[in-house]
Amino acid sequence: MQGLYAVFKKELCDHFSSYRFVILFALIAMVSFITTYMAAIHLKENLEALANTRFPFLMLFSATGALFSMVQFVAFFGPLIGIVLGFDSINRERAHGTLVKIVSQPIYRDAVINGKFLAGGATIAIMLLSIVLVISGFGLALVGIVPGSEEIWRLFIYLIISIFYISFWLGISILFSIAFKGIATSALASVALWIFLSFFISLGADVIANTFAPVKSRTETEPEIIMKNVRIKEMISLTSPMVLYTEATATIIDPMRKTTRSVLLNPMEELLASRFQNPLRLGQSILIVFPHVTTLIAITLICFAISYLVFMLQEIRM
Amino acid sequence: MEANAIIETVNLTRNYQHQTAVDSLSFTVKEGEIFGFLGPNGAGKTTTLLMLLGLSRPSGGFAKVCGLNPLRNPLEVKRLVGYLPENVGFYSDLNAVQSLEYVADLNGIERDNASEKIEELLQLIGLKKDANKKVGNYSRGMKQRLGIAEVLIKDPKVLFLDEPTLGLDPDGAIRLIDLVQSLNRDRNITVLLSSHHLHQVQKISHRVGIMISGKMVAEGSIETLANEKFGIGEKRYALEEIYMEYFQEV
Repeated sequence: MQGLYAVFKKELCDHFSSYRFVILFALIAMVSFITTYMAAIHLKENLEALANTRFPFLMLFSATGALFSMVQFVAFFGPLIGIVLGFDSINRERAHGTLVKIVSQPIYRDAVINGKFLAGGATIAIMLLSIVLVISGFGLALVGIVPGSEEIWRLFIYLIISIFYISFWLGISILFSIAFKGIATSALASVALWIFLSFFISLGADVIANTFAPVKSRTETEPEIIMKNVRIKEMISLTSPMVLYTEATATIIDPMRKTTRSVLLNPMEELLASRFQNPLRLGQSILIVFPHVTTLIAITLICFAISYLVFMLQEIRM
Repeated sequence: MEANAIIETVNLTRNYQHQTAVDSLSFTVKEGEIFGFLGPNGAGKTTTLLMLLGLSRPSGGFAKVCGLNPLRNPLEVKRLVGYLPENVGFYSDLNAVQSLEYVADLNGIERDNASEKIEELLQLIGLKKDANKKVGNYSRGMKQRLGIAEVLIKDPKVLFLDEPTLGLDPDGAIRLIDLVQSLNRDRNITVLLSSHHLHQVQKISHRVGIMISGKMVAEGSIETLANEKFGIGEKRYALEEIYMEYFQEV
């Protein structure tokens, strides 16, 4: 335990004093401010357009005022935070000859990797929490709306999901920093995987779905084929952590959403969606995204478990 | 000098995929001595040291350090043994005090005790006036002395020094070797010293072992080895000559 705490403290200290963290934080804070500001100045119009708004505060995070909302921004670029925090965590120590020194102290070897992962996770948590708090304060001052208790709960759940989502990418980058000796290699590998999983999977999903179940026009094709098309697309795109995360958080942040799906399958569903404009209760929203959240937490833990195993089995001198 | 064996290996073996790095190695180091651990590059010295620390798993045989099996009790062994790796690294953005504090933290030493000890060690290694400089700006000699301080902070009973004088200027090397000798004399620390600077090893070692391609080909005091190779004579042989004799044999 003493070793874990020492490594954790050192890593946390390193993260917060490093330039890359400052740059990253400044960038994200800036973008968040801009998106929230855009959302806030459009909020009035948005509020008028909706007949019955119950959760205006959450719209600060979910309204696409400018190009994208705060939530979308974290989904797109959150992984970059994880990658930047972890891509050189092990191989830098190896290259500088400090790893042997640390593990020859009376600590278990896993204290090194646990400490690094926890410190990265703590950094992510502090970063996200402070951004959400700052935006909330900003929103309070700008639009003058106060969040209700349910909104606070929804934001809290959103935070938890986001921390796991970014930690997943931290885990990936730590894994690559164990597997590859070169710091540039591990950084590139993490970024490549990020681009692949976040952007190419959805393209691929479209192509594959259209091959197996071609949909020419929505009115002419049989409903079964459309169903099949949507199912295949959904199945493939859910292998992307970004899709998992986007669907989960969108449903949590926006109580009006009744499903994680973006496509409504039939006229009945469309009718239901447009007629019943009541927000979902928090419990129901959680129920809808529960599989997504479990999967997200599971892949984060699996990713960490793999890095743990690889690190423990690796020759220390390699 | 009659003393207990503090390090003992029996048929210690380590195989990698294509080669045997350490081949049935058996040797002992007695308490309180300086043992010169010699051998060409790639002879398996570092691998042996890692196995003695429990950082590498032997393929066969076993080792005992301070009566403990490093495979079973790695933490206790690492508490008693200070290991200065070859080309030891430092965090270049920390200063000497911060580096030592981190190592003290890893050793679970309380902050109050640690700062006292750090003060004392900086005095000992002569880095007191550069203590607040970043380690990145240190010369190689200063880094190596800081490395010694880092292993001393846990009050070890045994020191493993892997090429501590590599790349040091003659003055720095001599000061380091003197420091090692005084540690052995004043604090009764057993030292396992691996080095290619044979005249320095000869100067301070009580006994030496010569390891070539994973095997210990000779072990004993320098006089014994000289007698074995050249017969008893008046001349005092340099360790270099003895070493080369063994080396050419293999």
